[in-house]
Amino acid sequence: MKIIGCIAILTAIAGTALAADIPQSERRSGTSFMSPDTRAMQDEDTANPGMLWVLDGEALWRRKAGVADKACADCHTDARVSMKGVAAHYPAFEKAFGKPVDLEQRINLCRTNHQQATPLAYESHELLALAAYVARQSRGMPIETGDDPEIAPFVEQGRELFMQRQGQLNLGCANCHDDNWDKKLAGSAITQAHPTGYPLYRLEWQSLGSLQRRLRACITGIRAQPYDYGSPELVALELYLMSRARGMAIETPAVRP
Amino acid sequence: MPSALINVPARAKRGDVIEIKTLMSHIMETGYRHIASGEVVPRDIITSFTCRYNGTEIFRADLYPAIAANPFITFFTTVTESGKFEFEWIGDRGFSETASASILVE
Amino acid sequence: MTDSDHTTRRTFLGLAGGAAASGLVPIVTVRTADATPAMLSSAIRNIVGEANVRTGKVKLDIPPLVENGNTVPMTVSVDSPMTADNYVKSIHVFNEKNPQPNIGNFYLRPGAGRAQVSTRIRLADSQKVTAIARLSDDTFWSVTADVVVTLAACTEEAI
Repeated sequence: MKIIGCIAILTAIAGTALAADIPQSERRSGTSFMSPDTRAMQDEDTANPGMLWVLDGEALWRRKAGVADKACADCHTDARVSMKGVAAHYPAFEKAFGKPVDLEQRINLCRTNHQQATPLAYESHELLALAAYVARQSRGMPIETGDDPEIAPFVEQGRELFMQRQGQLNLGCANCHDDNWDKKLAGSAITQAHPTGYPLYRLEWQSLGSLQRRLRACITGIRAQPYDYGSPELVALELYLMSRARGMAIETPAVRP
Repeated sequence: MPSALINVPARAKRGDVIEIKTLMSHIMETGYRHIASGEVVPRDIITSFTCRYNGTEIFRADLYPAIAANPFITFFTTVTESGKFEFEWIGDRGFSETASASILVE
Repeated sequence: MTDSDHTTRRTFLGLAGGAAASGLVPIVTVRTADATPAMLSSAIRNIVGEANVRTGKVKLDIPPLVENGNTVPMTVSVDSPMTADNYVKSIHVFNEKNPQPNIGNFYLRPGAGRAQVSTRIRLADSQKVTAIARLSDDTFWSVTADVVVTLAACTEEAI
């Protein structure tokens, strides 16, 4: 993935002192920063291109896979019931590993352990479709990620990564998303980094994409080396961001510019 | 098989003007992009969309690379009788997909 | 609709350095070769022939400032009774600066009841978008809108 452009004004805000976290009462979803046109695209299922992935995910949910010749539906039956609220808890602590896993990793653990199938690649159509279908079942429900005490050290790790300056522009996530969320970068609103709608359809991507893809793009944007897909750093960042969005409603599949 | 989303009201009154919304899964590769080594990514788009209402063509569109990925097209029609709307998307590399939706006209 | 090569990267890094020094906000747009006004008028002539194109009757709803040029919602509607002897035959949408001037052609029947189509389009740069309607009496009517396209703050190439 190659960066073709990023706005240099990032450097101008590099000197700003770090402010405190965004107060609860001022928290906003990325939706509230969007134009009415983009919001309309998200709000209506037939207009929302992310629903194409949800539709494919529904078909995959019922398709048998792997040596075990089992479909997701064979164990979890009706996703509309069994997956309701599930995505609102991810990333979640995985006892077997002693660390958190995100929703995509959870789907792949199910594939390898129970379906005895090969894991799906990050950003593959199938993995995005399944993640979108599962997360869609939690639409409108409040995010509850991060309430598990075992996960607390990983939330803190994610927070530190969020604050940490890095890359050629020497910026941390917080320099934009905590300190300057009410401003703009060129024509684009700087949002508060509440990942309420992943996987989401980004107009820039003309596709659905995961929160890890978004994070990697942001990290490349500050001219730092992005962490690998599935790395503990990206999961920790996902975990911190989801836990700071706790209480906000899941919007999957959201639409963003 | 690529997915499509169609929005046609399930029922309507005779003479009603209804809006039909269609969303088709397709990359709409323009043919104007290059990969890092400089090679052009070949064009791969939907070139034609047609809607028939009980067999009669009521709407047709020619699409160009300037139509965004996952083409979204909406239009209107007056409903006269119960029946079926059939949708067809045709494009490069032999792309050909159909979908249909029924309406009950009272 | 954007392009990437080493020149672009160097140009950009240069701009980034410049902005750090001056504090200015550069808006960087990167694009392939444009269509030309001659290509646009030729594309329009292909549709209307020698007919006179008048301004009016057509309405083009498109955001004046778009959040991302890759997906721009657009609605064209035409003031027409849509009766058997007075209706809109077709709607044609063109742009000024994409690599090619055509966006879409939409063919309607009097039974449409309402002469209105919506779709989502790509705009490689800030430019004019023109919609032309052909009525059942073979007259042509048009409207043109200016759209400002800003590049997203941080973009990545899909491939």
